[in-house]
Amino acid sequence: MRIPVAWLRSYCDPGMSAAEIADALTMAGIKLERLHRTGVGDPAEFVVGRVLEASKHPDADRLSVCVVDDGSGEARTIVCGAPNVASGQTVAVALPGAVMPDGTKLGEAKLRGVRSSGMILAEDEVGIGEDHAGIMVLESGLPPGAALADHLPIADEAIEIEITPNRPDAMAVYGVARDLHAVTAAPLAEDPTAADAEPSGDGSAEDHASVEIADPEICLRFTARVYEDVKLGPSPRWLKQRLMAAGQRPISNVVDITNYVMLTCGQPLHAFDLDRVRGSRIVVRRAQEGETMTTLDGVERRFSSEVALVCDAEGPSGIAGVMGGQISEVAGPDAERPTTRVLMEAATWVGPNIMRTSKELGLRTEASARFEKQLHPELAVAGQRLAAQLMVELCDARLVPGTIDVYPRPAEPRRLTLRVERLERLLGERVPEDEVVAILGRLGFAPALGSGTVAVTVPPWRDSDVQREVDLIEEVARIHGLDKLPTTLPAREHAVGRLTPKQRLRRRLEDALRDRGLHEAVSYSFTSPAVLATLRLGDEGLLRIRNPLSEDLSVMRPLLLPGLLDAARHNEAHGSGGVNLFESAHVYRASGALSDPPEGSPGGALPAEENHHLAALTTLATPAGWRSPERRSDYYSARALLDAVMAAAGVEWQPQSKVTEGSGPLQVRTFLHPGRSAGVQAGGRDVGWVGEVHPSVAREWDLDGPVAGFEVDFDALAELASGPAYYTDVTSFPSVLQDIAVVLPEDVSAAQAEAAIRAGGGELLAHVRVFDVYTGEQVGEGSRSLALRLEFRAPDRTLTDEEVAGLRAAIEAELGKIGGRLRV
Amino acid sequence: MADAPARFDDLRREAEAAIAGAASAAELEELRVRYLGRKAELTQALRSIGELPPEERGPVGKGANQVKQALERLLEERTERLEAEELDTRLAADRIDVTLPGDPPLPPGHLHLISQIRREMEDVFVGLGFAIAEGPEIEYDYYNFTALNHPPEHPARLPQDTFYLSDSVLLRTHTSPMQVRAMEAQEPPIYIVVPGRVYRPDTPDATHGPLFHQLEGLAIDEGITLADLQGVLLEFARAMFGPERVVRLRPGYFPFTEPSVEVDVSCFGCDGTGVQGSERCHTCKGEGWIEILGAGMVDPNVLGYVAGNGYDPERVQGFAFGMGIERIAMIKHGVPDLRMLYENDVRLLEQFGA
Repeated sequence: MRIPVAWLRSYCDPGMSAAEIADALTMAGIKLERLHRTGVGDPAEFVVGRVLEASKHPDADRLSVCVVDDGSGEARTIVCGAPNVASGQTVAVALPGAVMPDGTKLGEAKLRGVRSSGMILAEDEVGIGEDHAGIMVLESGLPPGAALADHLPIADEAIEIEITPNRPDAMAVYGVARDLHAVTAAPLAEDPTAADAEPSGDGSAEDHASVEIADPEICLRFTARVYEDVKLGPSPRWLKQRLMAAGQRPISNVVDITNYVMLTCGQPLHAFDLDRVRGSRIVVRRAQEGETMTTLDGVERRFSSEVALVCDAEGPSGIAGVMGGQISEVAGPDAERPTTRVLMEAATWVGPNIMRTSKELGLRTEASARFEKQLHPELAVAGQRLAAQLMVELCDARLVPGTIDVYPRPAEPRRLTLRVERLERLLGERVPEDEVVAILGRLGFAPALGSGTVAVTVPPWRDSDVQREVDLIEEVARIHGLDKLPTTLPAREHAVGRLTPKQRLRRRLEDALRDRGLHEAVSYSFTSPAVLATLRLGDEGLLRIRNPLSEDLSVMRPLLLPGLLDAARHNEAHGSGGVNLFESAHVYRASGALSDPPEGSPGGALPAEENHHLAALTTLATPAGWRSPERRSDYYSARALLDAVMAAAGVEWQPQSKVTEGSGPLQVRTFLHPGRSAGVQAGGRDVGWVGEVHPSVAREWDLDGPVAGFEVDFDALAELASGPAYYTDVTSFPSVLQDIAVVLPEDVSAAQAEAAIRAGGGELLAHVRVFDVYTGEQVGEGSRSLALRLEFRAPDRTLTDEEVAGLRAAIEAELGKIGGRLRV
Repeated sequence: MADAPARFDDLRREAEAAIAGAASAAELEELRVRYLGRKAELTQALRSIGELPPEERGPVGKGANQVKQALERLLEERTERLEAEELDTRLAADRIDVTLPGDPPLPPGHLHLISQIRREMEDVFVGLGFAIAEGPEIEYDYYNFTALNHPPEHPARLPQDTFYLSDSVLLRTHTSPMQVRAMEAQEPPIYIVVPGRVYRPDTPDATHGPLFHQLEGLAIDEGITLADLQGVLLEFARAMFGPERVVRLRPGYFPFTEPSVEVDVSCFGCDGTGVQGSERCHTCKGEGWIEILGAGMVDPNVLGYVAGNGYDPERVQGFAFGMGIERIAMIKHGVPDLRMLYENDVRLLEQFGA
């Protein structure tokens, strides 16, 4: 909304600059978006002139050479193209150097051989109208040389403001003036809608037209007035200038009046050519599904049954509160059948309905922007009054007595009480009672001070927003000034702040990956069915968005891998030469059908299953150095990362090469290399996967060579994470280290070997670690040798050689059971 | 051997000069054998001391021993010095190019800028006594709208502004639903911040996207005031943007707070002057203030939805605030386009995030 400053000052002039006014309004809740200059540059370059002589240009039929007195004592020559220029006229002159509203600077020029210094102005050239048919002819009494700005509004400023949805009253110049009055206490001019025009002639409006509200759910009030002998024509200059300064195009006096009333007090009006209202009858109803009408902008529109229509006896005549129809449009004086009888509509529509219609049709107008914020029915008659004054004054119209007023459920004035103590308790600041009363008075709440309370009547223009005591507190606070508020911290008796163990663990695990050179990615929570199909995942438990931005973003991701694959592709395409990423975020799955919750609170229930996952994806285990070759990622490098995470969490885990029963995306592993991946088993549960991405999946993401990673359910890890450690004595008695080499059949896994060793070593075997693997001649075909370091320890004594020898023998026996033998 | 002591002095002088002049460990070893070895004069003298008359034995033995010990000490010192010199020489020759990269050349990883800022914000509020609560991103409309005082016809509920999974299940459009969940789960007092992902059907551009991150705050207690909100946010602004910052509350509008405020922080780029050098400050676009969040006193209607759990609006009250984490990150670090934060381009990621 653009508020022309001169217009605003005509209602309330606090003697401040436009910037200061904007600042004061901003701090009262009407935020400045931009300060515009409208009209010309420096007004000193524009003066009143008198045409002393106008003669035909010797070389151009359409041009006149004018000698103009600009008050300087020296006549200047101006070549003018306007057909209406004539000697003796008082005109508006721009001097060379003047800056025009479009920013161009006027120079001296030779036009067909005649030097022209200056310009005689048409109204569109100084932004006070749209007329370019000829130059403006001013009152003859004005002295040449007088500043043009003293007589025409050629330069102004406009405050573009941002209006919050609760302030339809501020979508009007007088409404903004009221707030300016409230914050500055500068006097406020009388409400321009207060006075009414005198009707004349016989009969009453009801004789000319009838109005019916067929559906009171869409229209709270419909008022109509009838005008006869209306003379359509252009609006006077002052009106055109105000509209243009507010960003509106002047059209004709009747249409301009409707816009002017809306800009002044916030009530949109609609003018019908009464002779084009079939049956002289207005019916307000909902559209029939698929009903069509052509709106004023020439577009044929089709309506759903939600749309409210203003119809005549035969069909739609306008979309309620949004835009009128072509069929009843007022016609100008040049039309075949100019409008002479006007039915002026001022109605009150139901805000949410207008909002829905406007969104449905993709048609947001000045009217709908106001109606959607819910106007009060009182405003309709206020708008009628101001319109009547202008119709009579500017269109020579006869106001037919009476107002058609269909108002099924008249609203009662809203009365509220404010406790001054409550105000202080909420703000943390004491505002004196007399100031509370003064502020509410300036805002139009008619306050009455009681004992510690203030009783008010909410004015209609604030009714949609101010309905409770707390709303009044906001009114006082915003006008009193939030900048006066003290700065304190809560004086608490309870409650402390700290991270939960789970929150700390999440940071710890993220840090562990970061410290191993991985970059954290943050990707969209959405993915596409096609991507999941590429990963060979079924769609069981998938959550679909009903209104996605696109098919690519239409399902909630059940695992983090797709986002990491996308990020890897992006980086490889930009020549990263190896990328290591991780992500820590939610994944989503349906937990049964999405059913509607019972009435009232769902009681903390979750509509779907959401788990926090931690996933990593790497292509480069170690980059090439100047003395070592690069090492690409593979199962083992990914496993090392997972080991680091699990160690940080204090969770023991085992790789599970067989695919288990589960059907979740962490279990099926359809997107992984079948021989180089494993399930992650911890605490008897499947908590994730680790390994190399299936080569054909990697290829889909344009990734060459092995891509390896893992994905684990962080929520599960947090449950399994070990608690605080308890002291273990590892210093009083030394441990015994022994290295053994075991030759085993190739199909016996390291885990099986370790299990056998642990079975043999019993409690005294503290640690087992594989440190070498050998296959080759020395162990023969079909076998391999594992080298392991064993650590034996007793908590209460130093182990003797005999004891250790015994344990070794037991281990050897256990290994023998799985086909192993010690290598000496 | 009446002249023995004199002879010892001669020996000592001679040996001392030789030791001082020795240039290598081998030379020193030679000298040690010559002066202190089995066949050395001094050793012989000590060995044959028993052949001397008893009254000479004492002085001769003592003199010989003194010389012997002095020479031993000297040899030792000289050996150490020579060894040290030799080591220095050897090390000086053992020189590498210290400017070559380390081994293995693993570049450091980084947290995402959003995570870095989220943690920074969490830590500030933990310091101010707030706990961190997280809630579901897939929400019931009850928590996202109804209990936050959005009437059934509120435009934010339209599918143009909210992603729906069913009639009543949606992707949360803000972190505010956690206000209600938290109050249902915990009686007052409550002090929490809620970081997390939120969703709106916005086509991606420089400042919008279908998802972004917010951090919500909620404090409900007896006697919490709007002035307290200002104090908490001032501390936050200073922690994030520098100790000189000031905040300004402007009236605003949200359905679930009353009074509602918009909060601006004085620009850290220009110290609130709007001018940097001789140009318009690009951080605040010349305004001197940067809008960072929306806030307000929790609307009594919202408390009414959880009144059964001790939230009687006449007894307890408090404030709530919500801000975009990306917005804070972009302002603080000058990132020009929101979309960059979701490309996960390593060249961007490695610029931020400790």
